Amino acid sequence: MLVKNLLATRLGKSELRNPTILNSGYLGVNSDALIRAAKMGAGAVTSKSCGQKPRKGHPNPTVLQFGDVIMNAVGLSNPGADEEVPEILRAVQGAGVPVIASIFAESAEGYVEVAGKISKARPAFIELNMSCPNVQLEMGIPFACDSRSAAQIVEMVKDTVKTPIIAKLSPNVPDIASIAKSVEEAGADAINAINTVGPGMVIDVEAKKPVLANKVGGISGPAVRPIAVRCVWEISRAVEIPVIGTGGILTGRDAVEMFMAGASAVGIGSALHYRGNESFKLICSEIEEFMKKNGYSKLGELRLEE
Amino acid sequence: MLHQKALITKVEQENFKVKTFHLDLELDAEPGQFVMVWIPGLDEKPFCVAGVKPLRLSVAKVGPFSEKMHELKKGDFIWMRGPFGKGFELKGKKVIMVGGGYGVAPLRFLEENARKKDIDAIFIMGAKTCTELMKKPKAKILNVCTDDGSEGMRGLVTEHLEVALKEKVDCVYACGPERMLVKVLEICEKAKVECQFSLERYMKCGFGLCGQCSCGGLMVCKDGPVFTGKELRGNSDFGKKRLDASGKGIEI
Repeated sequence: MLVKNLLATRLGKSELRNPTILNSGYLGVNSDALIRAAKMGAGAVTSKSCGQKPRKGHPNPTVLQFGDVIMNAVGLSNPGADEEVPEILRAVQGAGVPVIASIFAESAEGYVEVAGKISKARPAFIELNMSCPNVQLEMGIPFACDSRSAAQIVEMVKDTVKTPIIAKLSPNVPDIASIAKSVEEAGADAINAINTVGPGMVIDVEAKKPVLANKVGGISGPAVRPIAVRCVWEISRAVEIPVIGTGGILTGRDAVEMFMAGASAVGIGSALHYRGNESFKLICSEIEEFMKKNGYSKLGELRLEE
Repeated sequence: MLHQKALITKVEQENFKVKTFHLDLELDAEPGQFVMVWIPGLDEKPFCVAGVKPLRLSVAKVGPFSEKMHELKKGDFIWMRGPFGKGFELKGKKVIMVGGGYGVAPLRFLEENARKKDIDAIFIMGAKTCTELMKKPKAKILNVCTDDGSEGMRGLVTEHLEVALKEKVDCVYACGPERMLVKVLEICEKAKVECQFSLERYMKCGFGLCGQCSCGGLMVCKDGPVFTGKELRGNSDFGKKRLDASGKGIEI
């Protein structure tokens, strides 16, 4: 008898062996690290966002952790699209799971240029990071905070490359559903929500200085999970395209909550700190256990009834 | 974990480019583990713990951050978080420590612990020249060498290691320039001896999330900085490649 994989899911045309996806900005600086994450059990892996030119990012401290909070202002460090293409190619050849290439730029034309280069490495998806809150001094308010800018970028990238597109959205907006609707109409193949919340600030009172060198940084970790669940719920009611639910998922129970909110897959990042390198495997086995115990035969059945 | 403020109680000049800072802070750290030192308004960098009770950090002057560190005096403060990473694991009854340049710092701490546990240690330390030698440990058997013969034996630490390995030992511990570590691994594999290595990489988060310190997919900050020879065998970056701040691979 064929044993059915309860965890199998689809994201557009890609089949995922399980619904856990390594988030952009976690581990995935190069092909070795992406392949390692795939070996840890991820159903798909996302590279760190790449731009037009090499960027060092902000000075340290760039990443903080305390309690249920992870804060970062890494500042989009990346080696530039030309260096990134062979890394993505090696990851696509070696990971054994779909590779999602995350990109960013300072203009719509910039996204088109980077997407054009990266598409040559044939990733399963290109994820448009339009929602980084840590570079506002240089780059202004993220594109994902405005329906028209977000839609324009998606449309222009879709006109240039055949690779399916994921739009990564910001929670720091009054109406995320309307932005999701705009990127869907512009041709996005999937949505990832949420990017980090805030930004926030932590001040060391002894030093009388903000701790992050960038002073402010995006908030993630289990503390933001209720915000992520609400965003995914609002988005999935507004659009037909699949949604990747991202934000503080540590356990199978957290993932199930995200599927109930309407997600087709979940982004995993902070769990790597709280539960270690076994996170993907642990979360998967916990989802499976929950489904068996409660009589679910596929992930889609978990979705809330209206 | 956020930063703690630490008072500098003493500054020792090890050699012309390395200072060891004594700090008034209790930290439960193992040899090989590291802390992220923050100078508010400047930057934050990883440093291996060179000793506890009192907490000590050895800092080589290699860039703007360590230059600023070298200006600090007794009575000044630094900030730090940690300890992070996996340290050395002492094994067996007889061991060898091989330190090159400022790589001697965590091994002196390890040798202190070995003595407390009645483990016999042969300590091999070297540098390019006598002015770059670190202060010597109190090890019973100490071999000092310099590339130019200006102090101790003329030659490389790896040549001493090959001689020392004629006797049976339980484990070899090494820290220093990565090309030296590659050679140590080769020698230990030939002699069929277990070995552990402390690696150095540019770090951002310090606790295994950002990927910046990747060495062939291993996260030096969390999976290491101490790795066994078995873990490093076949690693495509070991001795060859490190990532710069942008994440670009640079030849070592």
